[in-house]
Amino acid sequence: MDPLLKLLEEHALRTPVDLSKMLNLPADEVQRRIKQYEDDKIILGYKAVINDDKVDTDLVKAVIEVKIQPEREGGFDRVAKRIARFDEVTSLFLMSGGYDLLIFVEGHSLRQVAQFVAEKLATLDGVTSTGTHFMLKTYKEQGVMMDGPEEYERLKISP
Amino acid sequence: MPSERQTKRDFVAEHVRSIPRSGIRDFFDIVQSMDNVVSLGIGEPGFVTPWHIREAAIFALEHGKTGYTSNFGLLKLRRAICAYLKEHFYVEYDPNTEVLVTVGVSEALDIALRAIVNPGDEILYHEPCYVSYHPSVRLVHGAGKAIRTRAENRFALTAEDIAKSVTPRSKAIVLNFPSNPTGATLTREEVEKIARVCVDNDLLVITDEIYSELTYSGQHSSIAALPGMKERTIFLHGFSKAFAMTGFRIGYACAPTALTEAMLRVHQYSMLCASIISQEAALEALQKGMDDIAAMREQYRLRRNFIVKSFNEIGLPCHMPNGAFYAFPSIRETGLTSREFAVQLLEQQRVAVVPGDAFGPGGEAYVRASYCGPMSDMEKAAERIALFVRGLK
Ligand SMILES: Cc1ncc(COP(=O)(O)O)c(C=O)c1O
Repeated sequence: MDPLLKLLEEHALRTPVDLSKMLNLPADEVQRRIKQYEDDKIILGYKAVINDDKVDTDLVKAVIEVKIQPEREGGFDRVAKRIARFDEVTSLFLMSGGYDLLIFVEGHSLRQVAQFVAEKLATLDGVTSTGTHFMLKTYKEQGVMMDGPEEYERLKISP
Repeated sequence: MPSERQTKRDFVAEHVRSIPRSGIRDFFDIVQSMDNVVSLGIGEPGFVTPWHIREAAIFALEHGKTGYTSNFGLLKLRRAICAYLKEHFYVEYDPNTEVLVTVGVSEALDIALRAIVNPGDEILYHEPCYVSYHPSVRLVHGAGKAIRTRAENRFALTAEDIAKSVTPRSKAIVLNFPSNPTGATLTREEVEKIARVCVDNDLLVITDEIYSELTYSGQHSSIAALPGMKERTIFLHGFSKAFAMTGFRIGYACAPTALTEAMLRVHQYSMLCASIISQEAALEALQKGMDDIAAMREQYRLRRNFIVKSFNEIGLPCHMPNGAFYAFPSIRETGLTSREFAVQLLEQQRVAVVPGDAFGPGGEAYVRASYCGPMSDMEKAAERIALFVRGLK
C-alpha cells in the first residue's frame, strides 16, 4: 500500500506540506495523488473517531447476526446490498461460520433498533433468522483506545 | 541529616574522580527545571514496548518465574539469539559457549572491556560517539584514543583514519554503526576495509550494533560476519532500541569461547545473571516481534524525513542519516557554540536538543536531535526551531 494512504488512514488531517516532508515528495505530487485516490473511490471519506461516552448522545449500537437464504444467481449480494441501504446500518459484512451477515446498526433508541429488526430486517425475503446484541461499552474503536493512547513520561534527555 | 564535615581521607578512587561529569547530565538538570518542553533529546524509542512482549513478562511473573537463571542466561533465549543472528547478521555462534545474556549493551560493553584490558592498553573508538565509551575505558584503566569522523564522510569511519591512529599499544577498537549520535552507517565495502586494517594490526573489535535494525536503506553489514573476523570480534547487541525495551535492561555479548569465558568470569561475580522476567520477554520479542521492528522503523523513517527536511529549510545543514534515530544538524552558521545554541533554544523556545560536544569534542558545532518521539513533537519542534533561528539574525 502507498505509504501516503497509510498516513492518511491513521491521521487524515495532515497537510500536504507535512506529508510531503515525511514522504520526501514534492507537495504538489502529494496533492495530485490524494485527488486521484478520491476520484478513484479509493479514499471514500474522512471521519473523526469520537468517544461517545464523553459526548451527550442517545445513540444505541448493536450488532446483528443474520442468516439468509442464498440465491441461485448472485448468492448473498442482492439481499446484503438491500440491507446495507438502510440508514441504521453503519457496517455490513459477509461472514464465514454460523451465520451469513454481520450488521452493525445505530439508532436513537432501543425502540428504533428493535423496530428496524422486527419490521425491516426480519421481514425481508431471504432472511431466515436474526440475533441482535446491544453494545454496552466501547474499549477500543478503529484501532484507537478509548481512554487515549498509552503514555508515560520519559526522561527528557537521555544518552 | 548527613553533615558536610570532611573526613580526613578522600575515599573516592582517583580514576573515578578523573572522569568528568557527563555533559548530558548538566543539560538534563536545566531541562528538568522547565515546563512545556518539546524534547528532541531522548535517546530511547518513543514507543511503549509492544503489548505481546509486555504480556509475556506478565505471564512469566504469573507462572512464578522469579529466580536466577544460568549465568549465561536461559538456554532457550541463547538459542533464539543465535538463530536470529544467523538469519539476519549471517554470523554463527554456539548457544552453549559463545553467547552471554547481559543487563543491556551497557553491561555487555563493561564486561567486554573488563575482560580484555590490561592497565594502559590503548582502546580506539570513533568520535563523536556514545557517551559511555571513553569513561568505560577509563574505568578499566585503559587509555582511550578517539578517532574523529567527519561531516564530509557523513561521519562514517574510514579504514585510513584507523590506520593513522593505530600504535603498537592499540589493543582493540570499539565500533558503533549505525551510530549514536550521528546516525552514520557503513557500507559493506567500508566494513571490509576496516576489517582488513584490524587484521593487519591484530586488533580486537568490539562492535556495538544496538541500532542495526534501524537501518533505512541498504542492508546492515556486521563486521563479525566477514571472513576471519569472528575470532577477533566481540559482538554486542540488545533489545532496547529494536524492540523499544529500554526499561527491561536486556542485551547480549557474543564472542568465541575463550573471550566469552573471560566475560563470564566478570559477569558471574558482578551481575550473576540478567533478570529472568526480561529474558522471557526478550524471547517473545525474538520469536514474534519482527513485524514490530518493521512498523517502528517505518514510523522513524517518516519522522526522519520530516525533521531533516525541516532543518535544511531552517538553514541548519543536516545530512540524511541512514541509521538509528538521530539527526545531527550543523549549527556553525549561527555563530553559537553547540552548548550556547542548545541552552538558548531551550530558554527561548522550549525545545531540547543535546549539544554535540556531549559526544566528544568532534561533536562541537553540531546538535543531536532525536526523532524517536511522536510526529506531533517533530512538527512543534520544527516550528519553534525556525522561530529561534530567525530570531538570531
Ligand atoms: C550506542 C549505544 N550503545 C549502548 C546503549 C545502551 O543500551 P542498553 O539499553 O542495551 O544498555 C545505548 C543507549 O542509548 C547506545 O546508544
